[in-house]
Amino acid sequence: MTRRYVLIRLAQVPLTCAGIVLVGFLLVHLAPGDPVLALAGDSGDAEYYARVRADFGLDEPFLVQLATYAGNLVGGDLGTSYTQGRPALDVIAERLPATLLLTSTALVLSTVVGIGLGVAAASRAHGARDLALGAASLGLYAAPVFLVGQLAILGLALGLGWFPVQGMTTARSGATGLAGFGDVVHHLALPALVLASQEIAAITRLTRTGLLEELGRDHIRTARAKGVSERAVLIRHALRRALLPVTTVIGGRVGHLVAGTIVVEAVFGWPGIGRLLVSSVQARDMPIILGVFLLIALAVVVANLLTDLTYAWLDPRIRYR
Amino acid sequence: MSGTAPRSDPVFQIRGLTVDFVGPSGAERAVDGVDLGVRPGETLGVVGESGAGKSVTVLAALRLLPEPPARVVAGQALLDGTDLLTMPSGELRSVRGRDIGMVFQDPFSSLHPSYRVGDQVAEAIRVHDRTVSRSAARARTAELLDLVGVPHPTRRAREYPHQWSGGMRQRAVIAMAIANGPKVLIADEPTTALDVTTQAQVLDVLRTAQRETGAATVLITHDLGVIAEMADRVAVFHDGRVVETATATELFRSPRHEYTAELLSRRAGAIGAPSTTAVLRAPPGPPVLEVEDLVKHFPTGRRATGPAVHAVDGITFTLAPGESLGLVGESGCGKSTLARTVVRLLEPTSGRIRLDGTDITRQGGADLRATRARLRIVFQDPSGSLNPRRRIGDAVAEPLRIHGRHRSDDGRRRALELLDRVGIGAALAHRWPHELSGGQRQRVAIARALALEPRVLVLDEPVSSLDAPVRAQVLDLLDELRSDLGLAYLLISHDLTVVRQVCDRVAVMYLGRFVETGAADAVCTRPEHPYTRALLSAVPVAEPGARAERGRIVLGGDLPDPTDPPSGCRFESRCGQSIARCATVDPSLTHRGTDHECACHLVGAPTGAAP
Amino acid sequence: MVRRPGGVIGVAMVGLLVGVGLIGPTVAPRDPFAIDGPSLASPSGTYPFGTDPLGRDVWSGVLHGARTSLLVAVTVALLVLAVGTAVGMAAGYRAGWVDDILMRITEFAQVLPRFFLAIVVIALFGPGLDRLIVVLGLTSWPLLARVVRAELLSLREREFVEAARADGAGTMRIVVRELLPNALAPALVVLGLVVAQVLLIEASLAFLGLGDPNAVSWGYLANQGQRVLRVAWWPAVFPGLAIVIAVLGCNLVADALNDALGARR
Repeated sequence: MTRRYVLIRLAQVPLTCAGIVLVGFLLVHLAPGDPVLALAGDSGDAEYYARVRADFGLDEPFLVQLATYAGNLVGGDLGTSYTQGRPALDVIAERLPATLLLTSTALVLSTVVGIGLGVAAASRAHGARDLALGAASLGLYAAPVFLVGQLAILGLALGLGWFPVQGMTTARSGATGLAGFGDVVHHLALPALVLASQEIAAITRLTRTGLLEELGRDHIRTARAKGVSERAVLIRHALRRALLPVTTVIGGRVGHLVAGTIVVEAVFGWPGIGRLLVSSVQARDMPIILGVFLLIALAVVVANLLTDLTYAWLDPRIRYR
Repeated sequence: MSGTAPRSDPVFQIRGLTVDFVGPSGAERAVDGVDLGVRPGETLGVVGESGAGKSVTVLAALRLLPEPPARVVAGQALLDGTDLLTMPSGELRSVRGRDIGMVFQDPFSSLHPSYRVGDQVAEAIRVHDRTVSRSAARARTAELLDLVGVPHPTRRAREYPHQWSGGMRQRAVIAMAIANGPKVLIADEPTTALDVTTQAQVLDVLRTAQRETGAATVLITHDLGVIAEMADRVAVFHDGRVVETATATELFRSPRHEYTAELLSRRAGAIGAPSTTAVLRAPPGPPVLEVEDLVKHFPTGRRATGPAVHAVDGITFTLAPGESLGLVGESGCGKSTLARTVVRLLEPTSGRIRLDGTDITRQGGADLRATRARLRIVFQDPSGSLNPRRRIGDAVAEPLRIHGRHRSDDGRRRALELLDRVGIGAALAHRWPHELSGGQRQRVAIARALALEPRVLVLDEPVSSLDAPVRAQVLDLLDELRSDLGLAYLLISHDLTVVRQVCDRVAVMYLGRFVETGAADAVCTRPEHPYTRALLSAVPVAEPGARAERGRIVLGGDLPDPTDPPSGCRFESRCGQSIARCATVDPSLTHRGTDHECACHLVGAPTGAAP
Repeated sequence: MVRRPGGVIGVAMVGLLVGVGLIGPTVAPRDPFAIDGPSLASPSGTYPFGTDPLGRDVWSGVLHGARTSLLVAVTVALLVLAVGTAVGMAAGYRAGWVDDILMRITEFAQVLPRFFLAIVVIALFGPGLDRLIVVLGLTSWPLLARVVRAELLSLREREFVEAARADGAGTMRIVVRELLPNALAPALVVLGLVVAQVLLIEASLAFLGLGDPNAVSWGYLANQGQRVLRVAWWPAVFPGLAIVIAVLGCNLVADALNDALGARR
């Protein structure tokens, strides 16, 4: 059953990807006006338009266009950025590391801190610490990430001066090696924390709820009656199953986290794909926009796949069905 | 164990224990000044209705109640003179599971679903003694599982709880409880969630466990039969207090407190004794319901031709107007499926059902709707069978609406009449289902079934979710309705005493088949089939000493896989007397005298006259 | 539901959003686009939330922005409720291949990154509230559909549905009179959470400058404030807090409703 489940789940991935490509393709064709204008903006020259027509097979029938487009994508060709005159993939790839650094730091941070705070809240449920954490996570969960960022800049960067306000490195410092790494970490800390804040709030709440639910179960009473210590009850007996819903959420919120990254990059002037995306929308540089959309959709699909497989691994009832 | 209680001091003692539950509407007293004590080797039975404070008392004594909402107001829980309630929690932890072992009610939820059973037993050992190596703990676990009667303990220890049956899981919990040779063993309704034959097995295991450890045992139960069978002394709980403590023999012979007397008077009579009141009320005439060779299989995969669960596998019976047929069997025997198939909630795989001579097996549309008015069903769980978002007056009138008779029959007035008929006042008609007690809800469900003036009522475990006194009242109501309205009942129950009380005839079901049918009296006093005998002997009798006279048959093992029923007699794998023929030839029901049939190769010619 | 403090606060916050959204623009003292005040005046009696660098009144902007948020919240909620309930009911009651197909579609819609899809649409069709509402509405229903389906699947197994069938009730009657009333409350819980997310997405897009240029929205105001964050906090913080109130209100109402449901069962 396990193998079967994994195989079915893997087989769904290409189908989902194909669906996402189709959605993007259909949108381009639904847009008002000549698709070539939609794809290449209205300020190119005739020669450039001709190349776009050829790239996307725009003179061919609809299905052939779709096939050409899909074929190009499979070959790693996202089209040519008309603002930069270079392959869109190259343009995106340049900016990707900065975004990945920010997103993955926030993902790890939110998972570790969120679960930790959730355990802290549940271990003394309804106590002062629990209530304070509850109120804080409720507020953070409702706050738009740009407000959290702005407040962090006002308080921690401008007010206390602990962190730099903008950017990924100190301009003109030219620091390399360990110093350069430290500089990046110093710049990274605040945006990563801000980006993680909402996820921390979500995971804290979820871990707490899950733990309290688990702690009320009969098998927890059995463990206590056996003489298992409270700490072991919490960590070994309750946490494992309480984390099942958390796993689902972490995978399901990757798309949300990347969206947050775009906003955080705008707040902190972080040189990732966020600013590239915003300027591309203003310039209607479609190959870049579609490329970013497809890449992120792919990331979400993979994250969901990993989540489902982890879930099956954590719950023996799925594994042994 | 009766009469072996040594005269030593109590090893475990509860003194003046008082527990409140603090809710939004203030504190409510759950336990009020309870005193209990149990000596080494002795079994103290704790009996009372649900909500009387039995479980709360022992859980509070071990500080296993969540606080809040619980609050221990006063009292002591002394183990060898040391108070558990004031002990530092680290010390308490080393007492739990080492000096005091606990067995809980629901074996389906009391094991951790994500860890292997063996690891959970081993944890009980290693948590108290870190010097025990993993492999030593594993070996000891296998010994313990073997002791409590788990077959192939080494292999099965590696399985997860969901792969174990309820009875097996309860054995594992007992193994954990005795892993460190406790001084005190506390069992909180250990068999309530189990079938009666499994209950007999688990009670046996508890006896073994007590013998091996010599522990002072506290056995909490609502079942006087279990008390009579197991306890040396008994404490009777009522409304959070102990109203009487006495030796088991004394208590059953001459109860001192009026509540105890009342409790004893309500117990069902010994099931094997001939009934004094049984009157065959079924008038002669054509049957109202005829079921012929009914089969219901559930495909297990997506394909209809693949392996299937043989839930109902060839059932034939008739029901006369005004007659009451009881259908008895343990969980998994297919009795609920049979009920649902007979009332056409499930599509029969094959066979025939006739109502008043009309074939309803494949009816549909308006015909089926007309049939549904005359052939009604009442479900087990009254909290589940009423729509939570409909007031109970409307719930009773709903069948009239569905059948377009609400206006013509003056539905509202009729609903109030029906509620009155089942003993629910008109004032309650505006209540929501969750505002009613379980017994009241079941009365509403019965009123609902009566709304369309049916001929036949199928009752699927109608009282098994109710407490003993309420159960008796609902059964009385059913009896009264039957004679007043001339209804025919098909009553399904796992509990022989219920069937014996209400029914004229009994059918015993095992793995989709009837193994024995006949007049209720005949089947209960002169059971022929080995399964019926085991079933009857497993029912604990609320009479100390009765057990010894009758002897007991404890079945081994669990039900066979219903997707692949044995080719010969279905009971062969668990029958203590099987012969070669049983493994190959499937016995059919044969007459054993007037209105008594049995499907067993061992039962030869009719035995003739009754004693 | 309103007996819990969280529920009371939540209802008050949502009430505030609805009230200000309805009457805010008419009672706003100034035109939020009018460049007629002093630049970056700090909060005072005349300008309760101060002014932005162009001298626009932030208080009036926040009042006008409520209408945009309310419009997005209500229309997206209606779309989500319609699509989600329809899909969830069809999948949950029909089961079999209908369920299979609908659930594959639902899973697919759930992995589509809404935020980025909205950006693609804005890039192709130009910014505007109408298309934003359509995109968010058509991508936000999967969670609701899944909850409605799961509810129906579990309700279908409940004995009262069997009892209704045994009464002779037909499929439509069972769905409408037995299942829907019971599935509605959990659906509303999810709807509250979905609307909260949608409000945040709208604000984020507006903050990035991708919102409707003709509508004042809190995200747009926060974006204007971002540019002068080093010198003035109020142009950014007040609109941001307005968003917190609206989103928190939706979450609190959903939580309270969920608690009330848990108590009922």
